[in-house]
Amino acid sequence: MPVLIFIDSAEGHVKKASLEALTYGADLATQLGTHAEGIVLGNMTEDISALGKYGVKKIHQVADASLDQFDSQTYCAIIAEAVKATGSDLLVLSNNVHGKAIAPRLSARLKAGLVAGAVAMADTSNGFIVKKSVFSGKAFAQVSIQTAIKIIAINPNSYKTVANEGTAELVPFAVTIPASKIKLLQVNKASGEVPLTEAEIVVSAGRGMKGPENWGMVEELAKTLHAATACSRPVADAHWRPHNEHVGQTGIAIAPNLYIAIGISGAIQHLAGVNRSKVIVVINKDAEAPFFKAADYGIVGDAFEVVPKLTEAIKKMKAS
Amino acid sequence: MKILVCVSKTPDTTAKIAFTDNNTKFDNNGVQWIINPYDEWYALVRAIELKEADPSSVIHLVTVGTADADPIIRKALALGGDEAIRVNADSQDSYYVAAQIAQVARDGGYDLLLAGKETIDFNGASIGGMLAELLDLPYVALAARLDLAGNKATIVREIEGGEETVEAELPLVISCQKGMAEQRIPNMRGIMAARTKPLKVVEPVAADTLTSIAAFGLPPAKAGVKLVSPDNVEELVRLLHEEAKSI
Repeated sequence: MPVLIFIDSAEGHVKKASLEALTYGADLATQLGTHAEGIVLGNMTEDISALGKYGVKKIHQVADASLDQFDSQTYCAIIAEAVKATGSDLLVLSNNVHGKAIAPRLSARLKAGLVAGAVAMADTSNGFIVKKSVFSGKAFAQVSIQTAIKIIAINPNSYKTVANEGTAELVPFAVTIPASKIKLLQVNKASGEVPLTEAEIVVSAGRGMKGPENWGMVEELAKTLHAATACSRPVADAHWRPHNEHVGQTGIAIAPNLYIAIGISGAIQHLAGVNRSKVIVVINKDAEAPFFKAADYGIVGDAFEVVPKLTEAIKKMKAS
Repeated sequence: MKILVCVSKTPDTTAKIAFTDNNTKFDNNGVQWIINPYDEWYALVRAIELKEADPSSVIHLVTVGTADADPIIRKALALGGDEAIRVNADSQDSYYVAAQIAQVARDGGYDLLLAGKETIDFNGASIGGMLAELLDLPYVALAARLDLAGNKATIVREIEGGEETVEAELPLVISCQKGMAEQRIPNMRGIMAARTKPLKVVEPVAADTLTSIAAFGLPPAKAGVKLVSPDNVEELVRLLHEEAKSI
């Protein structure tokens, strides 16, 4: 029975988070002595068979224009059919914005135990146990799935993508597509910028920046690092920055490879949104700022002096 | 319009996270309990705002928990719910909880079902989606705005790197996040009124649990911060490049 991986896409492109899900699913299949297959919904503009390099042998596609718009209800119905048709007892997907909408629906529909927010490969040596992040990154839980069909939704940026050689066989999947009850009216995307939840590097700033007019240097640093920008809650609440940049307990939780916090004191609520970052750099003029305790690297100094210098130093390093 | 808001009891955002019983149980010792912030600030407060716009609306709250959840429910009622239903069961896994709420939803016949986008303790983000599937309703997750016009809901939801606006007819399940509403604090009138609002306790229906927690653990402690002089940012760049390999 193959491991089935849902390959999430937007505007015809496979999302980075899905490459992680593909690698995870293929590794899990190897561990269990089986193979991995994928399912992709909607029309794609890129060559899907190339995803074979992440370890999938076969990809089922429902290339229907009605699926170019996401709806958890129709997606769930089709993926559930694919689980049945392929005889899969393991479904892997990313715990990204679409995954969070589909995975619980599938869990209820298939009566399949779900681990949402997995952060490591399943332990299948004795039962089926998956490690997941809990208490907003402050702890983890080993969750045992007891059902015949199992669903794992892995947190973005928590499993390393590995590409080898290989192409996947593309097969159309014939299925009745239910009519969507959700109508898409408008899409607002910050073009050219790196999406916060997919970013490998995030540059974030807080009240220490004193006002929205001073964000130029933060954006410049982010641009130099090809990073996304984020902010603390007081900054979003004061409307210095848009709400969708707010990371923390009540904002967005992220887990980039590198998080650079500028002028953020590091309240526990903020840490809850960023503590899964692999490396944390804190720049703050207050040596007593609690954030330094959670940081890997720190500079005690004035952001207005340090940040432009840091940008220059990075430019120099990249040029050399 | 009848609105059902799912609320959950969670440890305060600043609570110390520790475990007992050989790391199989959360250590309740000295923990302050709150309404899960996403349930309260966004789902419940938006429901209250909708009721203020249309006073004929009714807001019911539902939670799955034992009697120690009652103070949290009373607080939610003080903010503005009309009536609360507590399913008298230890919340076991997400599916079990969703199955209980689905039963309450079937009995109540609601037009709009709101939940927070996730709880801050288990971070499952699952109840809304499971509930929608069990009730065969459309589901919009991670909503940052919700407006109603008659039977039609317009919702702004998060997508990677932006947001999209969608439209759907009621009944509908929505999970709520930041942007939906502004936090409120219960006033004295609300607190007094909450004492006499109905809090119905119902027994759970039979439902399966699909998962269980084998053990909890804490992440390894950080090695400690490496401080770099503000006059030597080149050293930080070198460390990030050569040691951390993150740039």
